[in-house]
Amino acid sequence: MKRLRRSMLFVPGNNPGMVRDAHIYGSDSIMFDLEDSVAVTEKDAARFLVYNALTHLKYGSKELVVRINDLGSGLGVADLEAIVRAQPDVIRLPKTECARDVIDCEREIERIERAAGIPVGRTGMMAAIESARGVLNAYEIATASKRLIGIALGAEDYVTDLKTTRSDGTELFFARNMILNAARAAGIDALDTVYSDVNNEEGFIAEATLIKKLGFNGKSVINPRQIPPLHRVFLPSEKELNKARAIMEAIEEANARGSGVASLNGKMIDKPVVLRAQYLLELAEAASIIPIEEV
Amino acid sequence: MGVDMTKIPHLDCISQNGVYRGVPERDFSTFNARMRASDKILPSLREAIARTGLRDGMTISFHHHFRNGDYIVNMVLDEIASMGIKNLTVAASSLSSCHAPMIEHIRNGVVTHIETSGLRGELAEQISRGLMEVPVVFRSHGGRAAAIARGELHIDVAFLGAPSCDPYGNANGYNRDEENATICGSMGYAKVDAQYADQVVVITDHIVRFPNTPFGIPESQVDYIVSVERIGDPSGIMSGATRYTKNPKELLIAKTAADLIEASGYFYDGFSMQMGSGGASLATARFLREKMEQRGLQARFALGGITGQIVEMHEAGLVEKILDVQSFDLIAANSLKNNRFHQQIDGSYYAGYDNEGAAVNQLDFVVLSALEIDTNFDVNVITGSDGVIRGAIGGHPDTAAGASLSVVVAPLTRGRIPTIVHRVNTVVTPGAAVDVVVTDQGVAVNPRRADLIERFRKAGMPLFTIEQLRARAERIVGTPEPIRYRDRVIGLVLYRDNTVLDVIRQIDET
Amino acid sequence: MQIKKTGVAGTVESSDIIVRIEPREEPGVELTLTSSVMQQFGRQIEKVIRETLAELGVESALVDAVDKGALDCTVRARTAAAAYRAAECTDYVWRTKG
Repeated sequence: MKRLRRSMLFVPGNNPGMVRDAHIYGSDSIMFDLEDSVAVTEKDAARFLVYNALTHLKYGSKELVVRINDLGSGLGVADLEAIVRAQPDVIRLPKTECARDVIDCEREIERIERAAGIPVGRTGMMAAIESARGVLNAYEIATASKRLIGIALGAEDYVTDLKTTRSDGTELFFARNMILNAARAAGIDALDTVYSDVNNEEGFIAEATLIKKLGFNGKSVINPRQIPPLHRVFLPSEKELNKARAIMEAIEEANARGSGVASLNGKMIDKPVVLRAQYLLELAEAASIIPIEEV
Repeated sequence: MGVDMTKIPHLDCISQNGVYRGVPERDFSTFNARMRASDKILPSLREAIARTGLRDGMTISFHHHFRNGDYIVNMVLDEIASMGIKNLTVAASSLSSCHAPMIEHIRNGVVTHIETSGLRGELAEQISRGLMEVPVVFRSHGGRAAAIARGELHIDVAFLGAPSCDPYGNANGYNRDEENATICGSMGYAKVDAQYADQVVVITDHIVRFPNTPFGIPESQVDYIVSVERIGDPSGIMSGATRYTKNPKELLIAKTAADLIEASGYFYDGFSMQMGSGGASLATARFLREKMEQRGLQARFALGGITGQIVEMHEAGLVEKILDVQSFDLIAANSLKNNRFHQQIDGSYYAGYDNEGAAVNQLDFVVLSALEIDTNFDVNVITGSDGVIRGAIGGHPDTAAGASLSVVVAPLTRGRIPTIVHRVNTVVTPGAAVDVVVTDQGVAVNPRRADLIERFRKAGMPLFTIEQLRARAERIVGTPEPIRYRDRVIGLVLYRDNTVLDVIRQIDET
Repeated sequence: MQIKKTGVAGTVESSDIIVRIEPREEPGVELTLTSSVMQQFGRQIEKVIRETLAELGVESALVDAVDKGALDCTVRARTAAAAYRAAECTDYVWRTKG
């Protein structure tokens, strides 16, 4: 089953309490941050903390992501030396401007995997696009490495680059569509940016509803309180679910008949419809699971 | 007409009073003038103490409605000490960290024994380290009410601070006529003392005109009144409003607790509830409120220590009646003053063990906090992970035993300290009274409640055994070394029927 | 690893530990530990600090640690970060997980 990525919880990498408890809130992914949430004087300390947490703590089936510093900062390679060896699922590359950024990072990851005795290709990647140039290069970024599981919008830097500020989402319309399109063309996931006004649940839900409509797989969250409303937005309606179940039944029936062609209400069911139905059922199943698991 | 007067029962008593001797001289001054001329107000605390006849070896009582802003206990003990009276028992409904000056009175022999619901701060630290010769007796609110009514805890003199009192002793935690400097809302625990103590001294900073209605304590129970500059520090007595927690872990626990309650069978139109203080238990009210609004349910009553959240639900029509033994914030205190169906109740009405009709026995569910819970479901709310006393029994065992569903909420670990353990340091509420334990990392239901287990399973709620939760906590934090105690007992913990449930020993720091 | 100057890592926040490592004239590690969970975990925390320093080859140091309930992995992380800082060293050695 393909991973759901409705929610990616940002966890400041130098905060031991938050690093310890990151898995209890039910997000699909946890992203330990070595970049913006860590003071420049504490980069080494955060790296030690996240490395030790990943190698000693259990986070169950959560997808574990680490956001490293960009390679241009001079910290990125040092981050990779530690983090690749701690074997999270995904390395998140910030401030991706072009395919070259992804390729450079992948080369370092591969080198470290070889040196560390980790099967080459095991470490996944995702690229965050946070600039006007990055948005224009979204497709070449999305297709720059087989390791990429998705691309994400980082809106804070992006709006600054555009010489505007965050408001009702109009300012992000182009970037969101561009990134979503690029991701889909590349066959990978598209993840939306954070919503920083933690106390504005209404605004958060409006934004989550918008990005779900656009087609995003999910969104980054900076506070655990944002996870339940986000998952509610992604919960399919009963009507959608009934249709999805009917589609899957028709497919099974066709398979049982040995027929490659299934139909529902006289209409042939084609592959995208099946995939969509499967996805909705997975979302519903994930929503019904209370996020407490044995770790 | 041979009427036999001797057949009147108790004629001997009646005849003692003799024959009518006329109306005593009447007072023709105005009501206002009379109020000034004749009253129970004494010029000083010292005189009040002297008039009560307080002497060595007696028991004096206090209430804790002023929480950590209380001035009464220290004020009275200082005065008593200066009068040379010694060897007293202090029976307070609870004591806070502001009562650290009592340490000196223990050292100089003024106070030789304490009976209370809890201890905090420096006083608690010192007592845990062996300050007192005689062990402290800890009772629940319901156990204390029963012990006082039975005479097991006999109060010679009650010193009761009151935010308002008229010249004849009608006292209350607020006042309807004027703004009070100090306000504490309900005086539920003080009401029991006023009823049963041999002598009652009300200490107030706000003498109001007769009649001070409504009153929490009636004039018939009050012997003397002392007016002082300040009875407490308003900011320590109560805050403006208890805020809902924003701590995501507490919210997660609260949300889970509310979901469980919804599935428990005890969430129906006309249910009754109590929410303990503490972030997660208070926050449970918020999630329950959402569910009540969605499903159109109304609670018949909410009980307990009352916060602004319960008042808001009352004012929104979600809670029909409030029974308030202790008001936790100004919103609650003002609601008690203004809302007709927000009722002040005393400690016996609330939780009295011998009182069949005690409100705790009418509870559908209660949500309570805990410092520790063990694999027997025994709960500790009084001693910290270091064995030092740092809390109060309060109504924990009363409500847990009385309610049909008792839910204990706690984080699985606090920092590096596991909350779910093999054995709690001190048993305050026995496991037989605890039904469900909700942590941020899983829920356990007491195996005694097979009915609940079945209901939760049917509702698709994942459950763990309490042992699984304990093991999970230990996997995260490691195995703690046991706390070292000396043999010497420094505290007795009584169950609500006043039987001995557990002892607290002096910590060993060598 | 040679301790050259004072290196500090960590904070006094709950669930963290602040570790301060200084050069020491004599061989051996002299450790002062204060912890909010001293009775229950004091010995374990000391063991983890000493093990971490030994793994890094620190043979002589003055260590002062103030713990607020940090897990072992946090104790290890803070000790290592403080040691590298005190040794003015950035040649980090990372072991592969597993």
